[in-house]
Amino acid sequence: MSTDITTDLQQTVEDAAAHLYVWSLKDIPQDLRDALDAARFRETSVAGKRVLETIHRNVNVADNEKNLVCQDTGIAVYHCRVGEGFPLHPARIYEALRDGTARATLEHPLRSNAVHTITRENTGPNIGYRLPIVHWEFVADWDGLDVKCVPKGSGSENMSFLKMCVPADGVKGIKQFVLESIVGAGGKPCPPGIVGVGIGGSADYAMHLAKEAIMRPVGTRNPDPIVAQLEDELYALLNETGIGPMGLGGDVTVLQCHIEHADTHMTLNPVAVNYQCWAARRASAHISADGEIDYDRES
Amino acid sequence: MATHEVTFPITDPQEILKLRAGDEVTVQGHIIGIRDRTQIRIFDQGVEPPMDLSGSFLLHTAPNVRKVAPGRYEKICIGTTTSARMVRFTEPLGAQYGVRAICGKGGFPDEAIEPMQRLGMVYFAIVGGAAALETTQIEEIEEVAWEDLMPECLWRFRVKDFGPLTVGIDAHGGSLYHDVQTRATEKLKELYARL
Repeated sequence: MSTDITTDLQQTVEDAAAHLYVWSLKDIPQDLRDALDAARFRETSVAGKRVLETIHRNVNVADNEKNLVCQDTGIAVYHCRVGEGFPLHPARIYEALRDGTARATLEHPLRSNAVHTITRENTGPNIGYRLPIVHWEFVADWDGLDVKCVPKGSGSENMSFLKMCVPADGVKGIKQFVLESIVGAGGKPCPPGIVGVGIGGSADYAMHLAKEAIMRPVGTRNPDPIVAQLEDELYALLNETGIGPMGLGGDVTVLQCHIEHADTHMTLNPVAVNYQCWAARRASAHISADGEIDYDRES
Repeated sequence: MATHEVTFPITDPQEILKLRAGDEVTVQGHIIGIRDRTQIRIFDQGVEPPMDLSGSFLLHTAPNVRKVAPGRYEKICIGTTTSARMVRFTEPLGAQYGVRAICGKGGFPDEAIEPMQRLGMVYFAIVGGAAALETTQIEEIEEVAWEDLMPECLWRFRVKDFGPLTVGIDAHGGSLYHDVQTRATEKLKELYARL
């Protein structure tokens, strides 16, 4: 493998990241549009209907004016599936994602949200120390790269919750914690959105899984039928709370509940909640080993 | 629930008193953008704001803008942020500066109800995230102060048909957020019993 090809591939990944960041902010996926439409037809409260009608108008305006759906350009989060044969090392993939994020921010231009966590001074065009954030997955017997960009708004990220339930709390403890978290969050995370729940693993891994859960297409189900059943139950329970669109009261509090899980220690029962607002932005690119990019709004 | 059109800044307090929680409101005139750091400067650092806030409508925002000349900015995308972080500024905004309306998303907790009632203020709920639409309703950025806080400056916007907004908290002690939370807390007891 020559250095030239590797450099070109790094440029390709950077181009993909720059495109994905802006695209995801402007053009929300079809599954999300469908879920928002279904919510609009289902809602019966006056204030809730007004909110969902306004959201519908807003998505159309963003399409027509080619503007951002939401002004919060978020914290740039990427999910990468790296094939073992992909001819660019993850260290270079990270550089490419960082450079693409910065380039998109400067060229569009986009609001830069990144600050030093103590001094609160801006650290650059949506990049900084350990920003952007990348979730990695490594895939054997494959030479491609999938990059998913999920700009994460702060209104919903501020509504993140962790509880180390004990084994004796059981699944009931998990359900109670998710319910109390979403009622406590009220209108702040811009409901109706996607409730991401991470269960099992460790404290940090449960929250990591909750973030993975919000990245899934709306309404997909966990492949483990026991977990999928819990997704269905929580989805129904959450919509009985009456919090409603933007917390103004109504039938639709959440568009979906997605759960990711990991096996855990016999004494642990961690549950993490990570909320994704109704403007649940995401966009993906599939990149082949020879540098071809296939953009994909839906995966 | 009634619908209203209100032009800001207001001079007649009656304009605020006629609004009730749940009503729909469309706003005309001028509104002022403000955010966390702007209010920290005014109240925690004691710096007088270089804009007249009397009778004003404040919007919790930090817009995406393009600089076109010294002190002049064009809108790119202007939306609204979560209000709850800034609730402690409600009383001094009304008492010291005569602010009459605060608009944001997600609502204010109950501690805003008493000062809003005492001072004749309202909280307007906008649809968070609906920034593309909101941007079309902002005709022009007329003035900006404290550019060193970019994007958390003081912004003066001229708006047309800004909304629809929902009165979240009125000047009579009514709060949709309080009502929704009270009902949801009761509902949780029922749901827990079913688990």
